[in-house]
Amino acid sequence: MTLANLRPMAPELILIALGLVLLMLDLICRKKEMLAIVTLIGAILAFYFIKGSHGGLFDGMFIADLYSNFFKTVFIINLLLSTLISVKYLDTERALHGEYYALLVFATVGMMTMASAGNLIVLYLGLELMSLSIYVLCGFLRNNIKSTESAIKYFLLGAFSTAILLYAISLLYGSTGSTDFNKIANAVAVMGAGAALKPLLLFSVALFVTAVGFKIAAVPFHMWSPDVYEGAPTSVTAFMSVGPKAAGFAIIGKIFFVAIFGLHVEWVKLLIPISVATMITGNVLAISQTNIKRMLAYSSIAHAGYALLGILTADGDGLTAAMNYMLIYMFMNVGAFAVVIMLRTEDFAGDELKDYLGLAKTHPLAAFLMMIFMFSLTGIPPTAGFIGKFYIFTALIHSGQLKLAVAGVLISVISAFFYLRVVMYMYMKDPEVETPVSDSLYLKVALAISVVMVIVIGVFPGKFIEFAKASLILQ
Amino acid sequence: MPGTYVPTDYLPVLVFLIIALGFGLGALLFGFLLRPRRPYAEKLSPYESGMLPEGEPRQKFTVRYYIIAILFVVFDVEAVFMYPWAVAFNKIGLYAFVEMMLFILILAVGYIYAWRKDAFVWD
Amino acid sequence: MTLKHVLIPALPLAAFIINILFGKAILRTKAHWIALIGVAGSFLCSLSALSGVLSGHIVNEDLFTWITSGSFKVSVGFLIDPLTAVMLIVVNTVSLLVHIYSIGYMHGDKGYYRFFAFLSLFTFSMLMLVMGNNFLQMYFGWEAVGLCSYFLIGFWYYKKSAADAAKKAFIVNRFGDFGFGLGVILIFLTFGSLHYSDVFKNPAAFAGQTIMICGHSFNLITVIALLLFCGAVGKSAQLPLHVWLPDAMEGPTPVSALIHAATMVTAGVFMVARTNSIFVLSPTAMAVVAVTGGVTAIFAATIALVQKDIKRIIAYSTVSQLGYMFVACGVGAFSAGIFHLYTHAFFKALLFLGAGSVIHAMEGEQDINMMGGLKKHMPVTYLTMLLASLSISGVPGLSGFFSKDEILWMAYAHGGGIGKFVYLLGAITALLTAFYSFRLIYVTFHGGFRGGHDKEHHLHESPQSMTLPLIALALGAVAAGYVGIPHILGGHDSFAHFLAPVVGEAEAHGSLSQEWFVMISSIVIAITGILAAYYFYIKNTKIPEGIAKNFSPIYKILFNKYYVDEIYDVLIVKPAYWFSGAVINKITDAIVIEGVVNGLPTIVEWFSRRLRKIQTGIVLHYSMFMAAGMFILLILILSKLYTGRF
Repeated sequence: MTLANLRPMAPELILIALGLVLLMLDLICRKKEMLAIVTLIGAILAFYFIKGSHGGLFDGMFIADLYSNFFKTVFIINLLLSTLISVKYLDTERALHGEYYALLVFATVGMMTMASAGNLIVLYLGLELMSLSIYVLCGFLRNNIKSTESAIKYFLLGAFSTAILLYAISLLYGSTGSTDFNKIANAVAVMGAGAALKPLLLFSVALFVTAVGFKIAAVPFHMWSPDVYEGAPTSVTAFMSVGPKAAGFAIIGKIFFVAIFGLHVEWVKLLIPISVATMITGNVLAISQTNIKRMLAYSSIAHAGYALLGILTADGDGLTAAMNYMLIYMFMNVGAFAVVIMLRTEDFAGDELKDYLGLAKTHPLAAFLMMIFMFSLTGIPPTAGFIGKFYIFTALIHSGQLKLAVAGVLISVISAFFYLRVVMYMYMKDPEVETPVSDSLYLKVALAISVVMVIVIGVFPGKFIEFAKASLILQ
Repeated sequence: MPGTYVPTDYLPVLVFLIIALGFGLGALLFGFLLRPRRPYAEKLSPYESGMLPEGEPRQKFTVRYYIIAILFVVFDVEAVFMYPWAVAFNKIGLYAFVEMMLFILILAVGYIYAWRKDAFVWD
Repeated sequence: MTLKHVLIPALPLAAFIINILFGKAILRTKAHWIALIGVAGSFLCSLSALSGVLSGHIVNEDLFTWITSGSFKVSVGFLIDPLTAVMLIVVNTVSLLVHIYSIGYMHGDKGYYRFFAFLSLFTFSMLMLVMGNNFLQMYFGWEAVGLCSYFLIGFWYYKKSAADAAKKAFIVNRFGDFGFGLGVILIFLTFGSLHYSDVFKNPAAFAGQTIMICGHSFNLITVIALLLFCGAVGKSAQLPLHVWLPDAMEGPTPVSALIHAATMVTAGVFMVARTNSIFVLSPTAMAVVAVTGGVTAIFAATIALVQKDIKRIIAYSTVSQLGYMFVACGVGAFSAGIFHLYTHAFFKALLFLGAGSVIHAMEGEQDINMMGGLKKHMPVTYLTMLLASLSISGVPGLSGFFSKDEILWMAYAHGGGIGKFVYLLGAITALLTAFYSFRLIYVTFHGGFRGGHDKEHHLHESPQSMTLPLIALALGAVAAGYVGIPHILGGHDSFAHFLAPVVGEAEAHGSLSQEWFVMISSIVIAITGILAAYYFYIKNTKIPEGIAKNFSPIYKILFNKYYVDEIYDVLIVKPAYWFSGAVINKITDAIVIEGVVNGLPTIVEWFSRRLRKIQTGIVLHYSMFMAAGMFILLILILSKLYTGRF
């Protein structure tokens, strides 16, 4: 074995090195903006290396394939965008600690490891690396009681879900004798041919659904997310409303679509009520929110529900649609949070819904961008959000789940109520208070990328669908 | 039945667990059976010839204990990895050497970080 | 596909975007340059596309596919075949000239930039409609054209009549569009695709199929064709949905010219011609098309006889001429219909722009009884309008003659009762057409001025930007027909041959002598009509008044347009108002709509607020929920284990 053999995990290695460099730089460098720039450079380098990463490592424990590369692309873009929106925000919040970027990077490495896992242990390792980093990030505003509270809540409940995941892993291992996904799949296939399925195997399915449900904030395992999203620093909220969720879907693909695909009748049955409850709860509760971060938290719950609909098809089209949905969701959600951050200035929190009153008059550009993101989150063509939902629903219809598709469309109508309310506030009301906006080149770049991608995916979806399709795990 | 997995490899662990449990319980049982039983007030007090304890026995520790403890665990456990490496050093050669150096480098980064962040300063 | 094909719709679109974004602040009175460059570029590109088609280069390609899902594909693609090429030329020529004309006509209007922006958008929509290679794109263009017409007819939105007319056009078109939309859906359900190439490949294979509607079974193709024709009736202002077109002249006159000659109204005829392979499979639908066209033609022509408003006369003339085009389509002579569409575009645009020129000189006066003797004040306008009137009347040698004669001959030679019937209607209409066209000319331009002394002083010829388009169109009105000289006159009928690959060639069941008979009789009819008008309005000006008095009931019926508007008012508008006032407003609106629009959110919000209580913020509760959720899942699993199902 030589170093060249490690090529499949080059993006991860680069990011680990980047994290270490950031930790050291933090000690010597006073100007924290430097750290952000180094993060961006490192992340772009890692992004560049994703493409050639292909193959298994460590006896198939780590697999870099097109599927994992798709998610790694999402994770690294998420890292880039989150870094861009953080620079000014941290400055405003006076939270200039260098660990911030290092933690973002380590969390991203964790997600990437999850996506590349070929084995339950590696999956768990990645999950923990991601989770621990994000627990800390949530409490990053040490002097802010809400931030600290959110970190503690997330940590406690996260530990709970980790325990459940471990239990699920041990049950699966106990009943199949392997932690390797392919070997588990073989074992399940052999068992599935027999008359009765082992109870332990089925219990582990239920526990997996619980643990993954926690990560993607599916009802009823979602309770942490509004509190945590609201309390965490906004830039972290943006990061964690996309990253862990996408990572959750990455491992859904690994576990449900590879390891225990033989049990898909069972897990689909378990996921149906969860996805419907998730969509309903997310959309209905978002209506009564007055804080935009909380509203976006509930919206993020609802979007996990839509993406779960794609999983329910238990076929390639549905998984493609869900993957694509994550990609699209990243741009529109980070974009929306970027606007929220834009409104955060030295002495103005700017995260209440009423702060958006008449924004179109005072800051037409910010309002316009927010409108596009809101349209996209609602799913109005020709924005990317429409494409995401369109492919989810058509995949559902093609797989014969017509009722679910109809339910999904009807429930998503509710979402128009609170997304378009923001637009209505911005465009049809007069400002109550003078809402200042901050000005930052980094933030503008992030906004530009998000809005361009939302439109481009909305108008030219073909390439992106192909990208997701080509990355399919089930080929 | 094919596909039915019985973890036979772990049988020694099970035996070991049974022995450990049996040994502990056996010792207690043995003592219980053999020892004379003559309780009186003095003998039942927590410290037979010492002072009576006052106040809550559970007190708050300063958080620094935890930090020191965590750092100790981290470096202590990681040192364990070096034993198998040192034993097999002759066989695994330069590559493993580089790898171990990288490992130590990562540890060093953590050490420097902890140090510069005043994790070792007790107030 | 090459860049030039993409540029044809792209340039007007770009012009629209630039004008709407920067028109108000930067371009202001220079807004026309952008629009002009856009449409002129588009015109040149379509000329080049036409020459491509002439050399046999037919384009049918998807430019870009938006979404695909199974057999359902939403894409933008262009089909440029002879039919499209003709439409491109018609649309772009008229649009270009209208743009130029508008520079003078709209000068000083405060919505100058807005006008040009919408004009470009209108052109773009129409181009998308004719260039599409699938029904969805046609539907998009169809709706976009309707929307633009709403903007432009209501351009002077502060004028109540204009705003009402815009609304009327929009709403009346909705009736037709609804049918068209259903037709498109039915096509997708039947053929499994919306691309022309798939649908028109072999529609005959579906000819025998039937569809159940309300318990009765109907021929599927007939239903599709009739639904599509519904849309055409709306857009091309045929009976009974013609009412919007005469009102549409509330818009600025250049817009009327554009709507009546090149965009919007021609869409219906174009669509029927485009889908000819479906229509020909259904004799029922063809008969409906022919009879609707014939009846509309004569119906509108009789109304035009007595109208006083200069634009209204021309508007009814348009309705009537569109009827001719449908007659042609209905008897299977699609190329004759398109030929008439093409020649009509020139003389009708010319008539409207000429009328605009007159109105411009008359400072907004539109009643022809207030005019008279304008010949000497406005020689260019007079001469060009005279040519247009000669052309529309079917005087030999002018373009209108060739196209109208072609239609009449095809109707006559169609065989069967329907052909003869619509021929008769067409022949009578031709007489009426010649009469009312020359009534307009004589009353407006000849005799003495009746508008008072003050106005007479202001009479002047329009500026060059207005007269040049008139002259250009006059050339078209005279010469455009020479591409379709029939064999009988020693020509090659090139136009029909050019279109034949798309619309097929109609069979004429008649002898040479019959063809001569039809032609000569139509010449006689045209000259009779002109002479009659001369006799009534120049020689014995008392006669019309006498007729109006003696036949006052008929006169009144005609003047009031057969009371169609009033009948609709009683039958549809009033009940609709009553219904909306008494039922919708009181019951539906107050209870159902208010209930749904306000109540549903209230209920949802109420739930939302209740549900919110679950979110206590206490970690213990959260973990309880997680645990509960997990146990429910485990119970589901257990029930599966013991009962074998969920």
